[in-house]
Amino acid sequence: MFESLSIPPPPAASRIAPLLSRVSPHIAPRAPATAPPVAPPSAKATPGPARSYAIAALRERIARIERRHGEGLADPAHADPHAYPLAHPAHLPFGIPAIDGKLPGGGLARHALHEAASAGPDTEQAAAATLFVAGLLARLNAPSLGPVLWVLQQTDLFAPGLAAVGLPPERVIFAEAGKDVLAVMEEGLRHRGLAAVVGEPMERIGLVASRRLQLAAEQAGTMAVLLRRSRVFDDPAHNEPSAAFTRWRVRAMPSDLALEATARRHWQLDLLRCRGGDPGSWIVEACDATGRLGLAAGTAHGSGQAA
Amino acid sequence: MRRVVSVWLPALPTDLVRRHKAATDPDAAAADADAPLVTVMLDGNTRRLGAVDPVAAARGLAPGMKLTEARILVPGLREHPADPAAEAAELQRLAAWCLRYAPLAAPDPPDGLWIDITGSAHLQGGESNLLRDLIRRLTEQGLTARAALAGTPGVAHAMARYAANPTHITPSNQPLDAGLPDDFPIEALRLPAAACDALRRLGVRHVAHIAAIARGPMTRRFGPIVTLRLDQAAGRVFEPIHPIIPAEAITDRLHFVEPLLTADAFATVIDRLTASICRRLTALGQGARRLDLVFERVDGSRHALRVGTARASRDPAHLRRMLAERLETVDPGLGVEAMRLVVSRAEPLAAEQAAASLFAEPVTDLAPLVDRLVSRLGPARVFRLAPVASHVPEDSVQRVAPLTLIRDTWPAGLTRPVRILDPPQPIEAEAERAALPPVAFTWRRVRHRVRVAQGPERITGAWWSDHAGAMLVRDYFAVEDERGRRYWLFRSGAAVPAGAWFLHGFL
Repeated sequence: MFESLSIPPPPAASRIAPLLSRVSPHIAPRAPATAPPVAPPSAKATPGPARSYAIAALRERIARIERRHGEGLADPAHADPHAYPLAHPAHLPFGIPAIDGKLPGGGLARHALHEAASAGPDTEQAAAATLFVAGLLARLNAPSLGPVLWVLQQTDLFAPGLAAVGLPPERVIFAEAGKDVLAVMEEGLRHRGLAAVVGEPMERIGLVASRRLQLAAEQAGTMAVLLRRSRVFDDPAHNEPSAAFTRWRVRAMPSDLALEATARRHWQLDLLRCRGGDPGSWIVEACDATGRLGLAAGTAHGSGQAA
Repeated sequence: MRRVVSVWLPALPTDLVRRHKAATDPDAAAADADAPLVTVMLDGNTRRLGAVDPVAAARGLAPGMKLTEARILVPGLREHPADPAAEAAELQRLAAWCLRYAPLAAPDPPDGLWIDITGSAHLQGGESNLLRDLIRRLTEQGLTARAALAGTPGVAHAMARYAANPTHITPSNQPLDAGLPDDFPIEALRLPAAACDALRRLGVRHVAHIAAIARGPMTRRFGPIVTLRLDQAAGRVFEPIHPIIPAEAITDRLHFVEPLLTADAFATVIDRLTASICRRLTALGQGARRLDLVFERVDGSRHALRVGTARASRDPAHLRRMLAERLETVDPGLGVEAMRLVVSRAEPLAAEQAAASLFAEPVTDLAPLVDRLVSRLGPARVFRLAPVASHVPEDSVQRVAPLTLIRDTWPAGLTRPVRILDPPQPIEAEAERAALPPVAFTWRRVRHRVRVAQGPERITGAWWSDHAGAMLVRDYFAVEDERGRRYWLFRSGAAVPAGAWFLHGFL
């Protein structure tokens, strides 16, 4: 713990200044019983757990600012260093090394737009893709992250099904937006108090519209997910270019009759597009009650990877 | 476009008497409930009837009749001195109460109310819901009430009094210049009694007759009021409603030297008004739940915006944004010479608690987001889905307000779909025996062969509560077709011919 106290010299004083000004005003005299004891901010203070936590958090934030500037994700002049909530990792890993290794940052970027769709006859109802997305969001569940905004066009979503993969009713706010799905999603992203915003538009989405969503997601540090549905099986419109960081296709696999009836069903998970990474394909076990995927037995060594 | 409600309280004076009696002496009031009741006023040395209740009216009494005459016609008449001041005060109070529906409301003496609900009806779930709710609440207050909604005050006023339906709505797509129906009596035009008498002496009884008379001579004979009323009813002349402002409301008004026309200028004014309102809310320890912004145009007409908040707020940035988002719906007309911001509903709001710990994550308040979504989509379309203790799948979910705390969830371990078909769609299924899953089924003309099935799970309705519940018996199966897709099917037991199969959802 003491090693973490040696702070490397800050890269540029001007970048640190806004952070310090935000952190320094005062420490509330009455800390709640549940919070760790807060040491007074004097230089002589004994390094307690809270202090090292604070320093670690600050360093993480500095690292994030630098990473953002380094990658050129946003114009530095307009970048908001407070956009990311403190002490939440910027990426959401699947917990499956085979998949996480393919994704830049080791998981799904939290400040980005992602797309998911089902395949074949499930394109319209998108049941598999819905479960996949709900499982992802179930794991974005730090109390400070806030709920998920789920923007509907049709009202065929059945909430008990979401709860079964770990997304309980108190974590989702629904908005029935008709044709305005994208605009309402953007409204939700602007708010910055949500863990994620999901939208399930039926119609085509242009490049400009997806770029708007991506920008809003990036500025807010909120994950945006487009759950794409269509009455056309494997709609070619779903393959059109978009500004999304990743694009997933979830295909239900026929159960293996040799396995027990209690075995988890399998999905073929295709990563069709990935900004800064390569496409991939895996056979995975569908989400469990906490939204976690599993790598299907027998494919753990990458035999499921498509060319 | 403008939508105006006119409320008619045909028996306001006698209703007030009955209400007062019921409050002071319930037993006597109950005994007198069916007795004819009139109010009496003094006209010189003659006592005349001021108002008559429906019972008395049915026995042939009418306002203006001499009291002695009425006593002979109706034995057992209950008389009460008229109290015009109390009636006016009650009308004033009711107008302030009507601000719950829309920002512009006014008394319409002697026995009516105006509400300009332009752009506010969606907050009450639509125009017909608003009228029904209005009448229901007035009836609960012990008042006989009728209301009508139309594009102009003139038409609404006439419809409230002469239409057959007690909650008449003139459709918003009906052209305004249709004015009043031809067969309405001329009294529907709100003319002075002298003008009505004169017209009737000439044989003019219906609105259609007036419309046929040349305007010039008619104006010379009866004054400008007749043509004015016709034009107001048809929307050719704007008839303003002078709204009341509740005395205790927090309000601020800015008057401009030059009329304003642009949205930018309005936004600047909104900045100043919200800042001043929020300062006063802070001083009073209150937060706004509902804000009305009234634009006073140079031609004397008024346009109002109403925004509601899900939680009391005095954050100027939030309130400003809510108002500014609605600016595009404002028609400045020839220019706006003054703007008034009224907090028409306020609630106590304690001072904000600063973050208790320096490093605690700030938990963001969702209320501003909910407000913006509600003002965009309407209150019914922003919700959480909460569990209901019901075995019937479609009854196990209910919509609740988006900021409701939900503590429980659905029982774990049940197989439930993630997409549901409402209502369930009939399918053709091939099953060998009852209680066995089908071997194949046909949905949307595609045949699916069942490879794996799970079930049955028997679900019965609430047989103890009603007949429909008793008839509902379903055996659910989760089946997988040869492509790996999973369906949630059931065989209906009793409600329809036994053995009918339905597709209910997708897993």
